[in-house]
Amino acid sequence: MWIYEKKLQYPVRVSTCNPRLAKYLIEQYGGADGELAAALRYLNQRYTLPPKVIGLLNDIGTEELAHLEMIATMVYKLTKDATPEQLKEAGLEPHYIDHERALFYHNAAGVPFTATYIQAKGDPITDLYEDIAAEEKARATYQWIINMSDDPDLNDGLRFLREREIIHAQRFREAVEILKEERNHKKVF
Amino acid sequence: MFTTRKQYEPYTSPFDPCPPIRVKTYVTAPNLYVGFQPPNLPQFPLREALMKGTLWQVFYDPYYSPYETKTKGDGS
Repeated sequence: MWIYEKKLQYPVRVSTCNPRLAKYLIEQYGGADGELAAALRYLNQRYTLPPKVIGLLNDIGTEELAHLEMIATMVYKLTKDATPEQLKEAGLEPHYIDHERALFYHNAAGVPFTATYIQAKGDPITDLYEDIAAEEKARATYQWIINMSDDPDLNDGLRFLREREIIHAQRFREAVEILKEERNHKKVF
Repeated sequence: MFTTRKQYEPYTSPFDPCPPIRVKTYVTAPNLYVGFQPPNLPQFPLREALMKGTLWQVFYDPYYSPYETKTKGDGS
């Protein structure tokens, strides 16, 4: 069960009405390496991992939901007052036809979210390596969005999210070290 | 000096259709170097840590677009 705090993990500020940025950001909403994929991946994998690392996946999976909420807020702010003409210029007319200004779980190219983006192999090392890769992919995606964005307020929020990806990758790497059980041994290979 | 921004120079042809980008950069985030986090690393003050996204100074590595500021995203 979760307890909901009615605030964002980090303040989301957007300086300009820029639906094109929303089109990029939706990648982190319903894309293969987005926050939804991350949350679902970790919260699902946690059942079948060794007890020592379940808590980590629980915590990170939960935090990903908070990130998802931040991305949703960014996308919403960037599009809520955009005219159909502006949405058209941003290449969002297919989205508008299907969803008006509603958010939807699809990637920047409009491909709807699918469970095939994530995996649960049941092998702890395999699953944790996938999680590390997912975090690094999300970090890279944030870099590419920051490169494309000219909104300093938005970039501030994106930088925060990217920093969290670094921390998550670090913790998953530590989880691998825990499972290797070689941390406090003198190593002579 | 250590940096988490690495550079390489890809081959450029005299026949490249676009003006070549002579130096490409990529990021090697701090998590690649730390291994299992040792105890007693320096921390940010709590309020600052909340805004930076990490408590640990060693993991703080903000990314700026090379197009946003010429000084922060290009490896310096």
